[in-house]
Amino acid sequence: MRKFLFSVLLVGVLILSTVAIAKENALEIFSWWTGGGEEEGLQALFKLFHKYYPDVKIINAAVAGGAGTNAKAVLKTRMLGGNPPDSFQVHAGMELIDTYVIPGMMEPITWILKDMGALDKFPKAILDICSYKGEVYSIPVNVHRANVVFYNKRIASEIGMEEPPQTWHQFVYYLRKAHEKGYVGLALGDKNKWTSLHLFESLMLAELGPEAYNGLWKNKTSFNNTGIKRALEIMKEMLQYVNSDHAAMTWQDAVRLVFEGKALATVMGDWAEGYLKTLGWKPGVEFGWFAVPGTQDAFMVVSDTFGLPKGAPHRENAIRWLKLIASVEAQDIFNPIKGSIPARLDADKSKYDVYLKWSMNDFATKYLTPSIIHGSAAPESFATALMDAINSFVSTRNVDKTFKEIIMIAEDNGYLTK
Amino acid sequence: MRAKKEIIIGILIALPSIIAIAIFVYGFIFWTVRVSMSNWNSFSALIRGQYHFVGLRNYIRLFQDDRFITDLWNTLFFTLFFLLGSIALGLILAVLVDTGLKGSQLFQNIYLFPMAVAFVVTGTVWGWIFAPGIIPNDPQGVNLLFKQLGLEKLIWGWYTSTDHIGTFNLALIPVIIAAVWQMSGYTMAMYLAGLRSIPQDIEEAARVDGASSWQVFWRIKFPLLKPITFSALIILGHISLKIFDLVFAMTGSGPNFVTDMPSIYMFELTFRSNRYARGSAIAIIMLLMVAVVIIPYLVSSMKEEVRR
Repeated sequence: MRKFLFSVLLVGVLILSTVAIAKENALEIFSWWTGGGEEEGLQALFKLFHKYYPDVKIINAAVAGGAGTNAKAVLKTRMLGGNPPDSFQVHAGMELIDTYVIPGMMEPITWILKDMGALDKFPKAILDICSYKGEVYSIPVNVHRANVVFYNKRIASEIGMEEPPQTWHQFVYYLRKAHEKGYVGLALGDKNKWTSLHLFESLMLAELGPEAYNGLWKNKTSFNNTGIKRALEIMKEMLQYVNSDHAAMTWQDAVRLVFEGKALATVMGDWAEGYLKTLGWKPGVEFGWFAVPGTQDAFMVVSDTFGLPKGAPHRENAIRWLKLIASVEAQDIFNPIKGSIPARLDADKSKYDVYLKWSMNDFATKYLTPSIIHGSAAPESFATALMDAINSFVSTRNVDKTFKEIIMIAEDNGYLTK
Repeated sequence: MRAKKEIIIGILIALPSIIAIAIFVYGFIFWTVRVSMSNWNSFSALIRGQYHFVGLRNYIRLFQDDRFITDLWNTLFFTLFFLLGSIALGLILAVLVDTGLKGSQLFQNIYLFPMAVAFVVTGTVWGWIFAPGIIPNDPQGVNLLFKQLGLEKLIWGWYTSTDHIGTFNLALIPVIIAAVWQMSGYTMAMYLAGLRSIPQDIEEAARVDGASSWQVFWRIKFPLLKPITFSALIILGHISLKIFDLVFAMTGSGPNFVTDMPSIYMFELTFRSNRYARGSAIAIIMLLMVAVVIIPYLVSSMKEEVRR
């Protein structure tokens, strides 16, 4: 009996202590920033927060796993269970809007940006991606560009590629030349499947042009479009110059092929630039870059943002956090460490390397287009279904069949297909 | 009177686990069936929680889905070859170790060791071993070994190959090798226990009657090992029907889903596409597949209990 009473007491103490933690002056930030560079960046943000609010205890609820695949599942479970973190990382766009905003789980935060006078400091296009029915729901902290080709400069000069190719026709010509010299033309690592869609969405952007591409998501452009078919045909042509073991490799392995002098180029988001720098290369010296041919006037945006869930246990602190990360100071601390560019246009360019400066210029002047595979353009169900279709296409290379599949997937998700 | 009291105490002791199993196993199986027949195919539908019964629509959609059909064939062939490989290799190793030759104790431990390694680790390492490299100029792993041994004919794409014989994807071969490597030691341990429990005098009697060692094995030992083979098939069978971690770490879905498994598709549908209902439908189909394997085992072991 005594033991029984003791265990009841113990359980009671445990429950009380969890309640006490919830009442504590704390801030829980949920993210998937656990890798090199990004974790240091997050810690630097925490340090800055601590400088302004020394009494607040920060709880770092980061979940490891590539591109947040595990974190997103954990987050959904927490949101469903009515146990949201104070603020969480989410890709700008449909990943937030479709999953959390439409079901009514987020608070609009336009007023925070208005209070700060920062509403016009971000490009309108990127705030549009973060908005639903006229209200902003998340604050973009950083921006990566997805439509970039990184190439090995030594191989480029060996095959006579002095100027970045402007069209697919030119690019394929150099890929063939590299192939003839015994190099891999285009390095691809699609073991995790998403990289082939990453390549394909750039081709779609190139063939449709930014305006029609953006129209796909606003039901102004139909998916039954020769541009998409042409993109498949170009992809088919490019696949001839891809490394034969692409299905055994990750994107890092593909970047390494370029680094080791085995491949001419790879199409990847500019986190590849950060990776090449950790491998010891200098931007512009050993490796060069250019926008994916045909997409020079567009900037495919991959942006991490933070939002405010309804029922956040420490709402006051969450608002302080959002105000902090929306500031120039925080964005200029975080981004040089992470290897991305700030979402604000008034950041201090001198803090960024030569590649990032190029990217910042383009970000301010080019068409901003949302990425499919990185969660901005379309709901997750569309992106994964398209990813599967493209994964099959890489092996079967059947343009007509895949084109039909794409139209079916679009129809399934309520997009224009007439 | 005393017996009755004992029965009540027995029930009381078992009650907590009965309740726990009723809720956490059967309750959730029922819940999954319910979800699999709903329209919960987006996060917002799940949040709203309005239940619309759609019957078998999610199941029908799955069987119209090329990827899921590929998954079923992959599971079938993977299970078949994995069982054959593990049983055959396990039996051979057990017989070798059982001869009691010098050092057999050491080898017994070495063979058993892979079982202590997590499937994720096995998958990652064998993934590196069978990574083909760029053929023909720059082979890696096993292919590099073949090249240096002058066996260029054996070089191929391993798990990146999309070749197939009928509906059997050849890319499954390296995955099967890794799985057999991991589990054959365990099968050996089961057979070894079986072999050692066979009374010595049976073998001696057979030898006195003039049986060769081969006959002793095939006619006497192997039939006596039947229950072991049966248990091994059940244990390995339910592992292979549900296999996830090994394949996920080693090859992922593979090009054109040549190494995809229902469990991987279930994970992706549920947690990446937010198609909870369709993910649950796969879970139920997997449960039925395992049930086909497990239920005969349960029935036969129950019969044995009654006989005793």
